[in-house]
Amino acid sequence: MTLLTVTGLHKSFGGVVAARDVSFTVARGEMLAIIGPNGAGKSTVFNMVGGQLGPDRGQVLIDGQDITHASPQARFRGGVGRTFQVAQTFLSMSAAENVQMALISRFRQSRGLWTPARERHRAGAVDLLAQVGMAEAADMPCSALAYGDVKRVELAIALAGQPKLLLMDEPTAGMAPQERAALMDLTASIAASQGIGVLFTEHDMDVVFGHAARVIVLLRGQIIAAGTPDEIRQDPQVRRAYLGDSHALEPSQGTGPA
Amino acid sequence: MIALDPSFLAVQALSGLSSASSLFITACGLTIVFGVTRIVNFAHGSLYMIGAYTAATLIPRLLEFSFGPTAFWAGILASALIVGVIGVIIEVVLLRRIYGAPELFQLLATFGVVLVVQDLVVQVFGPEDILGPRAPGLRAPVDILGRRFPSYELALIAAGPIVLGLVWLLLRRTRFGVLVRAATQDRDMVASLGVNQALLFTGTLFLGAFLAGLGGALQIPRVSANTGMDLAIIAEAFVVTVVGGMGSVPGAFLAALIIGQLQAFGILIFPKSTLVVVFLLMAVVLAIRPYGLFGRAEVIGGTHAVGIASRKPQPGRPFILLFTVAALAGFPLIADAYLLKVATEILIFALFAFSLQLLIGVGGLVSFGHAAFFGLGAYGAALAVKWFGTSMETALPLGLALAALGAGLIGAFVVRLSGIYLAMMTLAAAQILYAVAFQWVDVTGGDNGIVGVWPSRWASGPVPYYLLTAALTLVAVLLLKRIIDAPFGYALRAARDSEARAEAIGLAIRRHRWLAFIAAGAAAGLAGGLYAFSRGSVDPSLLGISTSVDALTMLLLGGIQTVIGPLVGAGALHALRDWIMPLTPLWRLFLGLSIIAMVLLFPRGLVGTVRDRWEARA
Ligand SMILES: Nc1ncnc2c1ncn2[C@@H]1O[C@H](COP(=O)(O)OP(=O)(O)OP(=O)(O)O)[C@@H](O)[C@H]1O
Ligand SMILES: [Mg+2]
Repeated sequence: MTLLTVTGLHKSFGGVVAARDVSFTVARGEMLAIIGPNGAGKSTVFNMVGGQLGPDRGQVLIDGQDITHASPQARFRGGVGRTFQVAQTFLSMSAAENVQMALISRFRQSRGLWTPARERHRAGAVDLLAQVGMAEAADMPCSALAYGDVKRVELAIALAGQPKLLLMDEPTAGMAPQERAALMDLTASIAASQGIGVLFTEHDMDVVFGHAARVIVLLRGQIIAAGTPDEIRQDPQVRRAYLGDSHALEPSQGTGPA
Repeated sequence: MIALDPSFLAVQALSGLSSASSLFITACGLTIVFGVTRIVNFAHGSLYMIGAYTAATLIPRLLEFSFGPTAFWAGILASALIVGVIGVIIEVVLLRRIYGAPELFQLLATFGVVLVVQDLVVQVFGPEDILGPRAPGLRAPVDILGRRFPSYELALIAAGPIVLGLVWLLLRRTRFGVLVRAATQDRDMVASLGVNQALLFTGTLFLGAFLAGLGGALQIPRVSANTGMDLAIIAEAFVVTVVGGMGSVPGAFLAALIIGQLQAFGILIFPKSTLVVVFLLMAVVLAIRPYGLFGRAEVIGGTHAVGIASRKPQPGRPFILLFTVAALAGFPLIADAYLLKVATEILIFALFAFSLQLLIGVGGLVSFGHAAFFGLGAYGAALAVKWFGTSMETALPLGLALAALGAGLIGAFVVRLSGIYLAMMTLAAAQILYAVAFQWVDVTGGDNGIVGVWPSRWASGPVPYYLLTAALTLVAVLLLKRIIDAPFGYALRAARDSEARAEAIGLAIRRHRWLAFIAAGAAAGLAGGLYAFSRGSVDPSLLGISTSVDALTMLLLGGIQTVIGPLVGAGALHALRDWIMPLTPLWRLFLGLSIIAMVLLFPRGLVGTVRDRWEARA
């Protein structure tokens, strides 16, 4: 069942073409990875799917509904949740309050004027934090958390909206290698059990090849290859794109990256 | 309508061009400084004023020495150079320390410089206006289609494009210029400069101050140097830079041309207020292009995400509340009439500052024109009394409603803007209202304002009016506090902390901010109404910049990061004023230095500092 359909997305910034005729689909419960070198246009694609950027051309459909021009807010209500490359959380609030805020918004209570925010949806928020292994830190100020933990809180915030589609722009950047695999395992199990489609990008190829069902490769805004992890590893064009770093595509020998 | 003959039009257009030139020269310096340092320098107007005073004092001496155009123009140049050096001093002593500070602090600190300079100028140059000499060689008027036109104005018209050309050459052809442009384009680039950064910033301040001084010095044959020049020019220079796009020199030139003509011909439409026309232009431009004509989204001021953070609820809050109520209610038992009057004013300003806290501390919306709502509340109440003969009980809610309405209108405009543009636009809105109150004499009483605004009989007298004020302030503050802790306040904070995240969880940011403006405006309006009845009169100064700055100073003094900060700040500022103003004629100097010291030494304010100490000990 197709959840997300992206067709012919195009975006340029001045002279730089950041996305050129990008098309792909994500099914429910599927994990799709976008990879590509720095500046390939991965975040640009995420932002066009998430609503942070408007495309110059092309279409974004969720469950057959055209959301190409919908605001990020409308997409949230339509079932799109996301994390950002540079984690975006509310640093003046505790971890729990961050998630509570998302729940408050989901239940359309954000204009409530009486019952204090910190008393609303507390249990639900702690549950979500527990899912990402952050229950103990519920009352820590978000500004005092390690970056890896902030990314986890961000995931809990995204899940609070009960998304159908989860966009994760470099979810494990800033984490230790073992943590990365654990977080992606967790994401995979949540995605599978709730039927959430996940679109993610990573520079860590172990994470990509270990967790994605399919991979698409972006180079200078263009998709140069798409397929299963094995197909991508063998693809000569991809190997050329990662020239000088082609061992990045090999399965890891157990030694973590330097 | 007036019959318009071509010669009149030509002369109007020419004088429009000459004011455009003067305006451009000054604003160009402001916009370059902003482009590189991202600081909106309030003191730019002060530099302009120093330029005028210096030239008006220096050039007559030079002309005595050797009369002629050379001495005159050399004097202009020397004055500008002196001001340039003063700019360097300001950069080294102050600005250098606040480049990374939140933009509110930057605005306030440079406003502190404005206050300091106001008193220093009087000390150095004396209290009298100084009329400068006319330019040798340019004294005879020229004939334009049968009308006499001062030839000095023609020289000014030429000066604008000449300065534009020289600045253009400087920016294109020198290494310094390349760095200035690179820094304006890309913020991160500045950080990578390393050692050169300090030099670049100092050099930029020299250039900016030089241009401000030049703009001021060029004025002396036209107007005498006076102490009101700084705020008058800074308002116009802000409009020019904002309309042109902050950081854009060509934008400033274009905007100055437009505004010069608007002022020249606006006189025909609004004889009394060209300022209103100019600010309306800014409103229209920002409504269509939120970053000005040539501005870009990236060029926004410093961070503005400082403010209230979540804290665990204090145990024993009901006791604190009870104690506060008892203290407020019991105060009349121990206080005399004078103290009660002071306490009433402090309470009113506490409410005023607290309402601003909702916008700044909670919403991260640096409103620089909060006086607009205070003044609307005061005028709303006073007008209701004067024109409809209503009682205080009706007038206060009417004032509040007028302020809320005004906040709704202004808020609808400004919530599309961010950072410094929002600050400037709120300032402009307050200035427009100020101009209206000042010039719509038939309704508002103009400069004299409205008198005879007295409370109802049951509330008159120091004790009853104090109790009324205390009760209303307490209720309003508690309600605002409730809002701050409620989802609405949290949503504002969410948008302040991270707009991207707030949007991605479905929060309608602009809607929330708009509602915040209305709530804050209503509370400020209540404070304004209470103030009107406490004094028995209103006047335009309630809408002025200094009223807005008072509220900001109270916030800063008490601490932006705390909820009760503004309340403490209101008391502290009032105490400082009552205590220092009678002692010295230099209270502006003192206040300015205090503001600067607060920004540099205690950016967390009184309450924040005390709380930090307390928590560090615990
Ligand atoms: N707002 C913008 N304005 C101008 N250019 C942009 C903007 N956003 C992205 N770009 C450019 O578009 C291209 C793609 O950027 P994007 O951030 O999408 O890359 P990416 O694949 O996410 O890279 P990374 O792995 O470093 O995150 C880059 O050349 C970038 O410089
Ligand atoms: Mg990216």
